[in-house]
Amino acid sequence: MTLEVDDLRVYYRTLKGDVQALDGVSFGLRDGEILGLAGESGCGKTTLGKALIRLDGRMKHVGGSVTLDGQVLPIGDDVKMNPYRFKQVSLIPQYSMSAMNPTRKIGRMVRELLESRREKLDLDELHARLDLVELPKDVLGKYPIELSGGMKQRMVMVISTLLNPSLLIADEITSALDVSTQKAVVTTLKGFRDRGFVKSMIFITHDISLTNQLADTIMVMYAGKLAEKAPASTVVNAPKHPYTQLLISSLPEVGVRYADKRLTGIPGNPPSLLDPVPGCRFRDRCPLAFEKCAEDPPPVEVEKDHVVACWKAA
Amino acid sequence: MLKLDGVTKVYRIGAFGGQTMTAVDEAGFEIKPGEVVSLIGESGSGKSTIGKMVLRLLPPTSGTISIDGRDVRQMGKRDYYRKVQGVFQDPFSSYNPVFKADRVFAMIREVYFKGVPDKEWTAKIEAALDAVRLSPGAVLNKFPHQLSGGQLQRLLIARALLLDIEYLVADEIISMLDASTRIDVLNLLADLKQRGLGVLFITHDLALGNYISERTVVLHKGRIVEYGPTDAVFEQPEHAYTRKLLASVPQLHTKWEDAS
Amino acid sequence: MKAEALYFAIRNTKLLVGAGIILVLLGIGVIGPFFIDKPPTEYVGMQMQPPGGEFWLGTNTFGQDLWAQFVHGLRTTFLVGALGGGIAAVIGMVVGFLAGYKGGWIDEILNMLTNIVLVLPTLAVLFILNAYIGVRSAGMQALFIGLTQWPWAARSIRAQTFSLRGRDFVDLARLSGVGSGRIIMREIAPNMSSYLLLTFILLFGGSILIASSLDFIGLGPTDAVSLGLMLQQAHQWSAMHLGLWWWFVPPGAGITLIVGALYVANVGLDEVFNPKLREL
Repeated sequence: MTLEVDDLRVYYRTLKGDVQALDGVSFGLRDGEILGLAGESGCGKTTLGKALIRLDGRMKHVGGSVTLDGQVLPIGDDVKMNPYRFKQVSLIPQYSMSAMNPTRKIGRMVRELLESRREKLDLDELHARLDLVELPKDVLGKYPIELSGGMKQRMVMVISTLLNPSLLIADEITSALDVSTQKAVVTTLKGFRDRGFVKSMIFITHDISLTNQLADTIMVMYAGKLAEKAPASTVVNAPKHPYTQLLISSLPEVGVRYADKRLTGIPGNPPSLLDPVPGCRFRDRCPLAFEKCAEDPPPVEVEKDHVVACWKAA
Repeated sequence: MLKLDGVTKVYRIGAFGGQTMTAVDEAGFEIKPGEVVSLIGESGSGKSTIGKMVLRLLPPTSGTISIDGRDVRQMGKRDYYRKVQGVFQDPFSSYNPVFKADRVFAMIREVYFKGVPDKEWTAKIEAALDAVRLSPGAVLNKFPHQLSGGQLQRLLIARALLLDIEYLVADEIISMLDASTRIDVLNLLADLKQRGLGVLFITHDLALGNYISERTVVLHKGRIVEYGPTDAVFEQPEHAYTRKLLASVPQLHTKWEDAS
Repeated sequence: MKAEALYFAIRNTKLLVGAGIILVLLGIGVIGPFFIDKPPTEYVGMQMQPPGGEFWLGTNTFGQDLWAQFVHGLRTTFLVGALGGGIAAVIGMVVGFLAGYKGGWIDEILNMLTNIVLVLPTLAVLFILNAYIGVRSAGMQALFIGLTQWPWAARSIRAQTFSLRGRDFVDLARLSGVGSGRIIMREIAPNMSSYLLLTFILLFGGSILIASSLDFIGLGPTDAVSLGLMLQQAHQWSAMHLGLWWWFVPPGAGITLIVGALYVANVGLDEVFNPKLREL
């Protein structure tokens, strides 16, 4: 196991009280595994991604632990996390366009970044990796503004994986990209894993069709909790949680026409996570809900590697 | 019939407008009443520029846009907007955050229905909300941030319906919505066809365009590269760009490796 | 939104202290003169009296009551600040909104005008204007200050308007057949109301400072008493050498307090409106 997350709870502080954005999520990540983290806005997927590398000022670590390569990460302590960032856990931010300092040449920025981590720059390795993402060597002598959006995205991907981190987190990195660029980015990420630049990866997106192109395992979250986690093909073809089932069946595919087959969405909205009522958080929208759903459904491994948090599925 | 004929948009850029950039180059297609035409393109393809030109938010550099043979420039803007309306991509940017969301209705009333008595107006709003399947109690008298993206986009469609419009420009209206709610907004758009409405559905998502539209226009760098009935465009794409796009779309049940 | 701003406003010490000082001084300036029955320039008593029971701030070398002068001076100073700041804010808003919203050649012309006024050496121009036309009333002084202080406000309002103009709700208002003027007033301006308030406060403080400098170099109004004029007279009649500290300290402290408190309140307000600056 590269990563083990156990009953992780991270809340957001607001004026009205704590928003329970991530409320008791447990999962593991094997060496070489790519986990697709899917869900709608507000489901806690971004909170989970951030919790593994950097909590922002409004987030607080309420409970649970994160273990990476046998070491417990001090995720609640911004300063103590520093030695782990970039070396053990790395992040590709959503807006890579603005992630680079505009006043530094890229090569210098990379060197400074490595120095701040007390690492030597292996220039040959850097060149090899630039080659791999089809960037010319001379980008190192350029300012970020001289690169196109796609080039910046690839540059950030190279930088964040330069120290071969154990865990790479990619948070919605493709949502602003065109379909053809999306494909290139996803293929590159897969290549990074296959070459061992990163041991394991969490790919966060709202797009299940895209996740399925890359991920070995897909974890679906709903309202701050794990709903279902299974091998990608199982989630797509034989989901067990009613939310996953409805979600998958609402996705249009090329070839599906409104006139022939009318798809339907899920009525209702996710619950407020400010003081949520106990019990299954999907039950207001769930067609299968019954009395038992007033109790919290625990995640249960219904078959090997297939975890579902639903009374009906267990 | 809403018709675009040789519509071109050239921007002046650089210091003193010394250089030019052609955003849309000789675009021509038509939308009939009661049909959805999807306009598909990647970012920078000029698809939103076409939408804005149809909505007369931007003037074309050359070419004409006409409704039933009449150049739209001959119509006053107020009369034009009675017939043609738009809904945009970002539901949160479409509402003024300072005011309540239903102010979009009040604005329509102020300009177009000044003399209408309160009771009649309330009935009109309720009918429009009913058409977009929203219950008045859930959405009226609320601030934008108290509503979901799906509700906000439906409100905007209801706003357009108050005007008995003939054509609707829907610019990426569901791309920011969550998967579980977006399909219902899409279905709603398709249902409007039955009212005889012509819809220009602008999107970057081929699967959505394929799902909803009768005809498809594929735009690449400001030029129309493919235009025809939707099944033909998707089943036998003629242009290399369309084929490349189709191959890049992530399909739920097919992996890229298996497809190629 | 409003309730949230209020929540932070009543908890922001900078804002409370700044606004408190302004309100106290404003109160003295507004109400004070009603309790003083003689004009501030009248010779009321002994010359060069130190502060005491009869004359709270003492008298000057002519035997004029300095408390009466201070109170009337405060009133004039606030009046010039509000008028000058107000005129500058109005011009700045009109120019900024029009240039930012309309764009194109209107923007270019207004921008050119803004830049010309911006690079004018304001003090020198006021000097010349004063010398030729003669500023003899506080109102005229405020008008001149207002006419020269608007450019930076116009520039920043233009920039904000420009970014708001691109938001979809503005397009939607246009699609509702609403005209430009109404869009600016009812869609764009309400989104920057906090910013406009801050701008006015800064212009207000700036006007007071400029007015005081003008007064001090002898270009003040002749029909009124202001804090700047008190300073000028104290300087002219060698109050410092004569040890009449009560002649120049109160007006000097008054100006410093007003302007300082305005800036402190401004920083406080900025924190209230801008969530990023809030101290949790």
